[in-house]
Formats: sequence, C-alpha cells, structure tokens
Amino acid sequence: MKRTGSQILLESLLLEGVDTVFGYPGGTVINIYNDLPDYPIKHILTRHEQAAVHAADGYARASGKVGVAIATSGPGATNTVTGIATAYMDSIPMVVITGQVPTPLIGNDAFQEADIVGMTRSITKHNYLVKDVKDLARIIKQAFYIARTGRPGPVLIDLPKDVQIASTKFVYPDSVELRGYKPTYSGNVRQVEKAAKMILAARRPVLYVGGGATASDAGKNLIEFAELIQAPVVTTLMGMAAFPTGHPLSLGMLGMHGTYYANMAVTNSDLLIAIGARFDDRVTGRIAAFAPKAKIIHIDIDPTSIKKNVRVDLPIVGELRDVIEKIGNKLRENEEQVEAFPELTAPWRSQVAAWRAQYPMSYKSSDSVIKPQYVIEKIRELTDESAIIATEVGQHQMWTAQFFNFSNPRTFLTSGGLGTMGFGLPAALGAQVACPDRQVIDISGDGSFQMNSQELATLVQFKLPVKIAILNNNFLGMVRQWQELFFDHRYSQTPLELPIDFVKLAEAYGATGLRASRPDEVEGVIRKALETPGPVLMEFKIDREENVMPMVPAGAAIDEMVLAS
Amino acid sequence: MVSHEAKHTISVLVENEFGVLTRVAGLFSGRGFNIESLSVAPTLDDSISRMTIVTSGDDRILEQITKQLNKLIDTIKVIDFTDSEYVERELALIKVQATEDTRAEILRIVDIFRGNVVDVTARSYTMEITGAPSKIQAVVDLLKPIGIQELVRSGPVVLGRGAKGGLSDKG
Ligand SMILES: Cc1ncc(C[n+]2csc(CCOP(=O)(O)OP(=O)(O)O)c2C)c(N)n1
Ligand SMILES: [Mg+2]
Repeated sequence: MKRTGSQILLESLLLEGVDTVFGYPGGTVINIYNDLPDYPIKHILTRHEQAAVHAADGYARASGKVGVAIATSGPGATNTVTGIATAYMDSIPMVVITGQVPTPLIGNDAFQEADIVGMTRSITKHNYLVKDVKDLARIIKQAFYIARTGRPGPVLIDLPKDVQIASTKFVYPDSVELRGYKPTYSGNVRQVEKAAKMILAARRPVLYVGGGATASDAGKNLIEFAELIQAPVVTTLMGMAAFPTGHPLSLGMLGMHGTYYANMAVTNSDLLIAIGARFDDRVTGRIAAFAPKAKIIHIDIDPTSIKKNVRVDLPIVGELRDVIEKIGNKLRENEEQVEAFPELTAPWRSQVAAWRAQYPMSYKSSDSVIKPQYVIEKIRELTDESAIIATEVGQHQMWTAQFFNFSNPRTFLTSGGLGTMGFGLPAALGAQVACPDRQVIDISGDGSFQMNSQELATLVQFKLPVKIAILNNNFLGMVRQWQELFFDHRYSQTPLELPIDFVKLAEAYGATGLRASRPDEVEGVIRKALETPGPVLMEFKIDREENVMPMVPAGAAIDEMVLAS
Repeated sequence: MVSHEAKHTISVLVENEFGVLTRVAGLFSGRGFNIESLSVAPTLDDSISRMTIVTSGDDRILEQITKQLNKLIDTIKVIDFTDSEYVERELALIKVQATEDTRAEILRIVDIFRGNVVDVTARSYTMEITGAPSKIQAVVDLLKPIGIQELVRSGPVVLGRGAKGGLSDKG
C-alpha cells in the first residue's frame, strides 16, 4: 500500500507507541498537520517551539517514554535548539521532527531554510536529513531505537516538504541494523569481581548516584545495594529522586550546594562508587581535592563518561541495574563475609552521623517575611509522595533540591546539565500530559517564569491543572547571590525592578492567580491552589536577599563550604 | 602516572553517509582535540569509508578521542595504531624553483629519495615523493634552501601489518 511521507511518519509514530506529540505548525510541516487529525495521536499546541521540546522532555522524564516534538523549518527549527540541548545534557530520550524546505531548494537560502542538522549535530545523540521517502520508515525506526537505548538522548529528523509529499510502499522494519551502535549492557564479570573485592576492603564507602540511576530505573536495585553494604548515599541534582532522601543512608545532594555531611563524606571516603554520574564540575569543585583519599569505581553505560574528568581505579561499562545486581550477587556468594561487613564500617557511619548532627540542613525561620525554604517545606507537606515537581533554574531550584526531600524516582524534573531557565513550566506541562491523575507543580523564580510564561495559555487550553509556585524575590536571585558574595554586592542587572502583577497575568490567560505576602498566608494559598481545579499560579513574595547555603565557592574544594551568609 | 603528549595515528571506519566527515571534524573542534591531518576515502566496501587522522594528546585525551569517536552512531571501528606494527605512507607534490645551477642537485635529491619528476617547466620541477612523513620532511628540508614554490602533502594513510586493523579484527 502506498503512503505519503507524512502518512508514513504518523503511522510510524503509532507503531512506536506514541500517543502524544507536542508541536507548532508552519509551512514546511503543513502536510503533516493536515494528516494529523486522521490518526489517534493527541497534539498539544504549545505557544513556542522551545516549550514544545521542553514539554516533550518533561513528558519523557515523568513517564520514561520517548517524548516527541514537531516544529516547522527555519525559525521553528532554531527555536527547538535550547530544548534539544537541555535534553541532550540530561540524557533524555526524545525524537524531534522538523520540517525542511524541499530538497531541490536546500542550500539556496530558501525562505525559512536553516541547516538544523548542522546546528544540532553536537547536541543530539544522532540526527538525520531524510532525502528519499524510501528511507523514512527505517530512519524513524532507528531514531526511536537510538533515543531510548544505551545512554538515552535526543534524535532529530529533518524532513523536507517534498519528502513528506512523495509516496512509497510503507513497510515498517521490525528490527534495527546499526553496525556502528551496540551499547554494552552487561557488566564485565571480572570487573564485577574486582568491585566486590574493593568493596569488602573498604572501611569508608560512599555511593555517589547520578541521573543514570533515573534513566535506567535502578531505584529499587540501588536501595537494595546500599542496604546490603550499608554505605551512605550522596546524589547529584539529577540523581536526587532516584534514592529516597528520607532513607537513613541518604545524605542528600553533594557538590556546590550540597549538604555539609554529603561533601564531608565524599572528601573522607576511601571508596567512592559512582553510579550513573559524570563528575560534573558543579559536583566535584576543585578536581584535585575531590575524594582525595578514595579509590573510585565508576559504573556507567557510556564509556566516554568514565575517566573524562577524574582518575578512575575501576571502570565498569554497563547497564546500571545489571551491574549493581551482579556486584550484589557476587558479594552474597560469601554470606558470612557480607554479613560481617556492615559491622566494619559502623564507625564510618557514626562519623557521618556526627557531621550531620553538626550542620544539618537548616534555615532561619521568620514570622515577618516569607522564607523560600518554608514554602518548599509546606508544598511537600501538603502534597503526597506521587507529586511531580518541576523547577526552573536559580535559587528556587536549589532550595527545592535541598528541602523537598524527594522520595520517588521521576518526581523531580529539573534542567541539571544545561541549567535552562524557562524549562520548568513547559516540562511540568508535559509531565501533566503524561500523568493526568497526578499533582504536577512547577516551582519557579520570577525571572525564569518569564522565559516561557506564554505556556499558561497551553495549560488553560488543554485543561492541564499544573500548579505554579513563583518564589518572587524580584531578583535574578542566583546571579545576585554570586554578586553579593564574590563581586562586593555590585548588583549589576540582577534586580527585576518592574513589579509584575503575576496574579493578573494568570487571570489574563484564564488561569487562577493567588498571592501570599506574609508567612501566615503561605499554607492557605497552597491549600487553595491544590483544591482549585485547573491551572493555578501562586506568587510568594519571599525574603529578597535570602541565599542558598551551604555553598562551595567556585574553585574551592567541596569540603571548603561557606555554611551561612 | 606520567602522561606525555604524543602523536597518534588513528584509523576510523565509518558509514559512507552524508555528513559523516562533519560529525568527525565537529567532534574534534567541539571538544578541543587537535587534528594534524585527516584523509578520507571509500574502502573496498563502498558503504564504508576509512578516515586516517593524525592527532596528539596525552593518554587521557587519546582515550577520550577514541571513546568519543566510537560513540558516533556512524562509526564502525576505531583503531589507534600508535603502539602496534603498521605501514604508513604520505604523498607530497613539491614544486621547486630550478635554475642552471640547481637542476642537477634537485634531480639527485629526487633520485636518492626515489621520487619522480612529474612536471617540468623552464623554471621549475614538480616532483612526487611518497614515504613516511619523516622522509617527506627530510626532502622538504633539503629542497627548502634551493627554493620550494609550492608544496602539497596528503597527510599520512596507514594500514596495520598482518591482521591488525581490518573490519574483522577485534583488537
Ligand atoms: C536561559 C538562561 N539564561 C541565563 C541563565 C543564568 N542564570 C542562572 S540562575 C539565573 C537567575 C534566575 O532568576 P530567577 O528565575 O528569578 O530565580 P532565583 O534565582 O531568583 O530563584 C540566571 C540569570 C540561565 N541559567 N539560563
Ligand atoms: Mg528571582
């Protein structure tokens, strides 16, 4: 049966199990949009292509499925770039489809032509320009396969208009033939044996968990493993929700705004087991002083992550669940030894507990001004554990990481690698589409919110009951904090002086707006928002110059923290 | 661990697809790796191209280069020849200024290095020389005082000795 390129695309999406796409129409995708109503695929019309990609990203982060976004050529395609880069840095499975000018016009500076394949080469896991409709089905099959396997990531398919119109016999391949792409899933047995030996020889072990643990849904295995060897667990921003913060072995986040005890534990450990983490500079601080006494085992599905930034004593390439399980099994082979092991590390755990008691996570509470940490704690208190929290980027993001105490994987959606302001609202939107029955909340800053505030319209149109909490300090707060601490209080271009009426802004879109200006109003506003159907924006007028603490100054070692300002 | 900057010759077998060269070149520039020379041409199997890249860096950088190249979906195989047996050849075309006084000297040099004169004019000789890059460099150094007008070098290409470096070789 002959099909046009546009029909092949849509049928292939169905065969890949796609039921929702996020997108924005235009001239070079008009054929696809014309065919779209004939297929049982829900299309969410965002108000900006960047938001469509972030929404597909949020959808993927919350559900574990591949997110799909569509944009037109030229400006539509270039608007996707920040979204794609955000997904790439955080290894999010995604397929982005862009329209392209007809193949005979490519290279002619045609109307709305942009070399999006060239532009996204370094921010996609792979990308394609489809030149012949006969290749389309195979390319889509490969794109989804590449996006979701190995270390996941975004794949872009650039689809010229004439290829969408041309027709051919449609056969969807049932397997993928890629001789250059064969991820290693199974951990090497000899490396696993060595790991078990190193663990038993350690007296001050720490597990350092990153976003890979979320990507591979290794949460349960991790808890089991940590409990087996009774090792304290520190997580990165991306690994946060993969291991429950409330677990007795959890030390919370490490790194620049990590807890005192997480950073002290890493600095003093004699064995650091990195699990799906990549030793980002925000995590390590001054690299020469990072975990100086530790042997390092690094488990990752991506060989390029290993030994990129730090020396590694034992690399293990493989799928995390597989490797962790194998190490666990190896350890259990000698039951006596593994049962005796926690006893040997008991002094280490008491040392860690002492650090925790010395400087627990805390903040100065206030009766007169709203403390941002208080808002976060209240939101946590008034929502159940299934709630999905998205954030933007800045101080509010760090306070959320520090004070929300996440307990379930895929409940914390944040732009870790790229740090993209404007990510949270569309990501929350996408998560709400993926999980219609769960509470989804975007914790936002007044600066970041304005980078994609137009998505209020999408929330209202599609009746997506996302709640937004803006921690309004009238500042680009995180940058202001750096200016205060390292640039002698010179607040160059960080005050957002114009007092925006966020409540009215919400109302202008047909959403509900609420405001709290005093601490005693906070709980009422959150309760009201959670009870109100549809999207609700809450504005919290917070202490303007509150800082995120502790903080490791740039260039310092992670145990050289500033604890309070 | 002492790690020195060293020159490495890497052979990369890639899918003969649109844009592959840019992917490889972009990887080097985007990550700040050096490329000293790069040559690319199809292999016996015309769905596969072979790139020969000469690069430099310490062990850590070379490990990253190899891994990053392998990570490209279009990369089928990466072979670093540095610590193994291989044959290496480069081609140079050299146009040298020739006068009554220097003609004989130029021809003698061509002869010694087993080059060929491929073009002659009243004022110049153009010659081809093949060999290891060090041999080419030696010829260039000898001809420089006489007067090189133009020089083009292909960059080296390499093949492993024996079984090393083929598609079936697992090394
Ligand atoms: C797109 C983008 N531009 C600039 C930055 C740099 N930046 C990081 S945090 C920040 C301030 C964010 O302000 P706001 O959203 O109000 O959050 P706050 O820190 O005040 O909580 C800026 C400008 C960024 N991360 N992303
Ligand atoms: Mg702010």
